Amino acid sequence: MSSFRLCPDSGFYFNRDAERLMKVNAVAGVVALLIAGILALGVVLTRWQEVHLLPADIFYQVLTGHGINALIFWVIFFEMAILHFASTTLLRCRLATPGWAWAGFFLMVIGAVMNNIAVLQGNSSVMMTSYAPMQAAPHFYLGLILFAVGALVQIFVFFGTLVVAQQEKTYEGSVPIVTFGAITAAIIAVFTIASGAIILVPTFLWSIGYINHIDAEMYRVIWWALGHSSQQINVAAHVAIWYLLAGILFGARPMSEKVSRFAYLLYILFLQLASAHHILVDPGISTEWKIFNTSYAMYLAVLASMIHGLTVPGSIEVAQRNKGLNKGLFEWLRKAPWGNPVFSGMFISLVTFGFLGGITGVVMGTEQINLIIHNTIYVPAHFHATVVTGTTLAFMALTYLLIPVLFRRQMILPWLAKLQPYIFGGGMVILILFMLGAGTLGVSRRHWDMDFTGALLTFEYSGMAYTLMAIGAIGGVLAIVGGGSFLLITVGSLLFGKKLEPSAGFLESFVGKPLAASVYNIERPEKLERAPQLEGHHGSGGGFEAPGTFVLALLLLVTFVVYYFINWKYLASVWPMGS
Amino acid sequence: MTTFLPPADRIWWKVPVGRQELVWIAIALVWCLIMFAMMPIWHIYGKQNLSTEAYQTTPAAYGAKVQEMIDKYTVREESGIPVVRPPAGSDVYMLARLWQWWPILELEKDKSYRFHLSSMDYQHGFSLQPVNINMQVVPGYEMVINITPDKAGEYGVICNEYCGIGHHTMVGKIYVGE
Repeated sequence: MSSFRLCPDSGFYFNRDAERLMKVNAVAGVVALLIAGILALGVVLTRWQEVHLLPADIFYQVLTGHGINALIFWVIFFEMAILHFASTTLLRCRLATPGWAWAGFFLMVIGAVMNNIAVLQGNSSVMMTSYAPMQAAPHFYLGLILFAVGALVQIFVFFGTLVVAQQEKTYEGSVPIVTFGAITAAIIAVFTIASGAIILVPTFLWSIGYINHIDAEMYRVIWWALGHSSQQINVAAHVAIWYLLAGILFGARPMSEKVSRFAYLLYILFLQLASAHHILVDPGISTEWKIFNTSYAMYLAVLASMIHGLTVPGSIEVAQRNKGLNKGLFEWLRKAPWGNPVFSGMFISLVTFGFLGGITGVVMGTEQINLIIHNTIYVPAHFHATVVTGTTLAFMALTYLLIPVLFRRQMILPWLAKLQPYIFGGGMVILILFMLGAGTLGVSRRHWDMDFTGALLTFEYSGMAYTLMAIGAIGGVLAIVGGGSFLLITVGSLLFGKKLEPSAGFLESFVGKPLAASVYNIERPEKLERAPQLEGHHGSGGGFEAPGTFVLALLLLVTFVVYYFINWKYLASVWPMGS
Repeated sequence: MTTFLPPADRIWWKVPVGRQELVWIAIALVWCLIMFAMMPIWHIYGKQNLSTEAYQTTPAAYGAKVQEMIDKYTVREESGIPVVRPPAGSDVYMLARLWQWWPILELEKDKSYRFHLSSMDYQHGFSLQPVNINMQVVPGYEMVINITPDKAGEYGVICNEYCGIGHHTMVGKIYVGE
């Protein structure tokens, strides 16, 4: 029985079962993104003090829903699609156990719906973190648990698929770097979900009265092993997407397989420690523990990101120079396809993740500096740079590629798609920069009213804090317009885009019905060969092959160093304190 | 071509790494080690280090300690909240509860205090403004920090951990006199 099709546009093979799961996971993710985006508007227009749209109770409810849908449901659903792609399509193999994968997917859907219902009912406005002893409705926790279990099941199907590929010898040599990155993400996800179970299961039992006490500090320590590590899945996944898109767009190859894979290995070994970032100003956590963990053991995971930050654009530069774009330092970059949203989305993701997300993350994750940043609006500014302009924009760029390749529809509104990464990325960058500034002025996160209406005592923020929040909010609105454009283009393309394959209808796109049987006319794809050897070239050679990238990397480093020490100087100006 | 194909070399881990990557890894590693060193260095030479002194407590036990200080050192009231001026160098207490920082403290500039902090109910966020010192306040735990206010003035204490519908009304005060 034939179960593979060859995409004539991309040369990728798709397995019938896996393809259906990629579609439904991606669609479910986009639905969560849509919910998160609508709720984002409520958040932004309320934190813009001059507008102050929502009443307090609705604001906190909306903020809870926004956080969970964006940070958990959207990214993890989409990552499931990426795992099935990185295993079955990139390794040209069948899916190990489609039935289990579907079961996992349905559990995730049930969990996500259940959790959203709990938030919608209004008595679970506890924020994404649901810090004990504040209690949500039992089905709030149960929804998260079911979602996590479902994700775990799909992850194990992914691992099983890797075994199938190896045993059926569908590829030669080692797995490609993109698959290696997906494996990294999956391994981190297992750790993450285990931590989630350890804390959410007892919290659920507490919410239904079987356990009478959850220690608030223990909750924080374990919950963040879920909360932070789940964002590390994103990092591993979106770096894999950067490599994938660099390969597809430019024919780029990793500058060094060894270096890139080693960097991924550092993620597996050290990204886990980052839950410490969230408990740096908590009572009773020892200094040694904080220093070791907050630095991911001497910043070895930061080192890994700095390596990817060089090797991803470096691999593009080398590929471009091989095509003759050799003039000066930056001709390779200037002549890149900036009008192609797959490239612009990927590149904006890369730059903003490094310059904004990475640097601010390290700064606020420094043990002592956290004192001047913890729980200010600086924190959401940071993670919007990592998860939104970093992960989400990378996933959007990939989606533009997948519309014709996976869904077999032509993209509609190409002019809007061309602009979309700039609108979304640009709006987000404004939001991020101005929220960073407001955070430095002490503006609180998760806070309904900068005016403290109704408080017995008063405090007034500076006029500057209001201005920064207002400009940030305008950036946020712009980003929501960009996000809305993405949804319009993707959903519109699946509905109205020209069919590149006649059987690619509504059900095939949205609920994962297989394409016409005749499309799957390949019983077993050709074995995946190794990448061709470059002529007269072994490894990445002795010279500086990517000088432009090196200059950009040095620029990142200088920005990093300057900003890092500015924050120490700022810290030195606050009240002396110690033990 | 490539990032999505198996490596060209069968034994890819023996392919020599290019000079550019080696130089970058070396630079980045040095920077990482500097950042790592900064934290212990600041513990030795810096003046802003969070204490690790903390005790498990209960709302009742902590509340009693706070009340004891209030009974001894209250100097006046402001909006119904006692303003407490404990002697320099002593133990001073503040508690967080829905939705109040209790009591108001009056401290002296350049004098050190053993500052205690705990919550009576949910988690709260102690955010001293405009100096911008932020700490997590966790029920069941009493944190003790040595603080030395070095500028006179009126400071607001804001709650920056979400604690329910009245979260935004949770504003406290610390006065620092000359």
